[in-house]
Amino acid sequence: MPPPVPETTTGPTAGGDGVGLVTQSEATLFAGDDVLATQSGRKLGPIVVRYETYGTLSPERDNAVFVCHALTGDAHAAGRYAEADRKPGWWDGFIGPGRGLDTDELFVICANVLGGCRGTTGPGSTDPETGEPFGLTLPFLTIGDMVEVHVALARHLGIDRLLGVIGGSLGGMQVLEWVARHPEMVGAAVCLATAGKLSAQGIAFNAVGRRAVTVDPNFADGRYTPETPPATGLALARMIAHITYLSEASIELKFGRKLQDGDAFGYRLRDETEFQVESYLNYQGRRFVERFDANSYLYLTRAMDYFDLAAEHGSLEHALGRTDARFLVASYTTDWLFPTEQSRELVRALLATGRDVSFLEFDSPYGHDAFLIEQELPRLASVVGPFLRATRERLAEGGRR
Amino acid sequence: MTRIGRRRPRRSGPERRYCLPDPAAALTDELIAREIPEGCRVVDLGCGDGRLIEMLRRDRACDVIGVEVDEESVVEAVGRGVPTLKLDLDEGLPDLPDDGYDVAVLSQTLQQVRRPRQVLQELKRIAPRALVTVPNFGHWKIRWQVARGRTPVTSLLPYEWYDTPNLHVMTMRDFRELATSLGFKILKEIPILNGVAVERAWAANFRADSALYVLRRK
Repeated sequence: MPPPVPETTTGPTAGGDGVGLVTQSEATLFAGDDVLATQSGRKLGPIVVRYETYGTLSPERDNAVFVCHALTGDAHAAGRYAEADRKPGWWDGFIGPGRGLDTDELFVICANVLGGCRGTTGPGSTDPETGEPFGLTLPFLTIGDMVEVHVALARHLGIDRLLGVIGGSLGGMQVLEWVARHPEMVGAAVCLATAGKLSAQGIAFNAVGRRAVTVDPNFADGRYTPETPPATGLALARMIAHITYLSEASIELKFGRKLQDGDAFGYRLRDETEFQVESYLNYQGRRFVERFDANSYLYLTRAMDYFDLAAEHGSLEHALGRTDARFLVASYTTDWLFPTEQSRELVRALLATGRDVSFLEFDSPYGHDAFLIEQELPRLASVVGPFLRATRERLAEGGRR
Repeated sequence: MTRIGRRRPRRSGPERRYCLPDPAAALTDELIAREIPEGCRVVDLGCGDGRLIEMLRRDRACDVIGVEVDEESVVEAVGRGVPTLKLDLDEGLPDLPDDGYDVAVLSQTLQQVRRPRQVLQELKRIAPRALVTVPNFGHWKIRWQVARGRTPVTSLLPYEWYDTPNLHVMTMRDFRELATSLGFKILKEIPILNGVAVERAWAANFRADSALYVLRRK
């Protein structure tokens, strides 16, 4: 029997006001000759990065935690820009005083990912050579390229070694790639609902999502204007993807077969909001196109498809065996996009190379999205908080992990 | 807490679930720790809140890892700074590498798993040496209660028959036979009486409430 879905609540579950009002910062990296050599072989620079930080960097610079956001997340992980903001950052329940990432102790950084559409260089940015938006002329990007930009930002902020790097889903892929490329840079790697590679099923869903975008008449080979984006296609892509983030049990319990209006069928073939679940997905699609760019969606899902840690580094053991980072790997029982078995594959490789690894599979009805769901955050915090604290103590002891 | 010769309380529910008192657990942990060389790699199967491996890491410079099925216990162990895997021993330990450890500990857990043979075989696969503690169902109090027609309830086995996590009952003699048949050499058998080790105890299988075995792969 599927576990019950508790009533949805809004707002942070931990007490207090969280991190309060926040502002966004901007850094220009890879300027001049120091351009980024992307994995696909092309060069890119300068690169603008927009990011947010919460908490205070300690004088020893030993309390920095980098949050890697997922596919459609952004740098606004916690707090509000203004009191009147309807919603706080996407992980507000997890970041703040006394929360999972305790900003009384930690300095938390979250940056918009390379290729995204929230201020960091992406397909919507202006190509300095043409003065036009990059569109699809932006170089092909990989998870590795995203990580190199994060690394450059951390160094720009004066941080050579991070206490922790944490992320779920695509964010978790960045964490893994980070320790593989810069094994000496990370004290603790927290990998949530993620995998060393996207499954064939994941690639399949991404392919359908991209097709939805590219067949939209407004798409115009990526040269659409901000006024006429391929909104229908992007919304459809989001609807499809959103189903993969939920679980059969959570959809059943949240919506069942309930109708949106009244309790009788309307016998209207083209009514797209007859069932509640339909109406919900429509709403999700509509909201998504207000904040997301279609070209970014193509770049980021492609980066996800290409991610294969073992193939890139020879094997998972090679990729993960060179770091002294402590690992926390967590999965969710009802996540069918990044199933537990994929987390255990990582755990097996880490154990085979004698790494310090903790693993949990949380029993949750919320599917892949669980690591973002308010009700799941206290439980996640109860592990991640102490895990980072113990790691910091361990690093302060020096030497042995 | 012995209930011999007295009518047993018939209450059920959580208040009946006496835990192994901490002093006894600490004593058992010390007995186990004594058998573990400094600086070696230790895996504790059924590590609970991670107390033993935390101590081994801190005081004995061991490279440790715990395996535990209960989520709350795993969270506690991770909080103690010891790496811990939430895994079910009943599903085998396919994630743990062959010979990945010097010593595998299985303390007061064997009687609770569904397939003790399989777990012992996994122990043998992942480490050349194993430390196993088991409750001794050959204890005279237990024999006495069985003789009087009751399923035994003692301080070390404080559960009623219908809500016990202990799926298997065995005596020291039974365990010796099983371990040997699975290809273990028994290096030591340390009977534990009231939480204290008594080596070469008189009529151990009758008097010990549990026993610690030091096993080596043959």
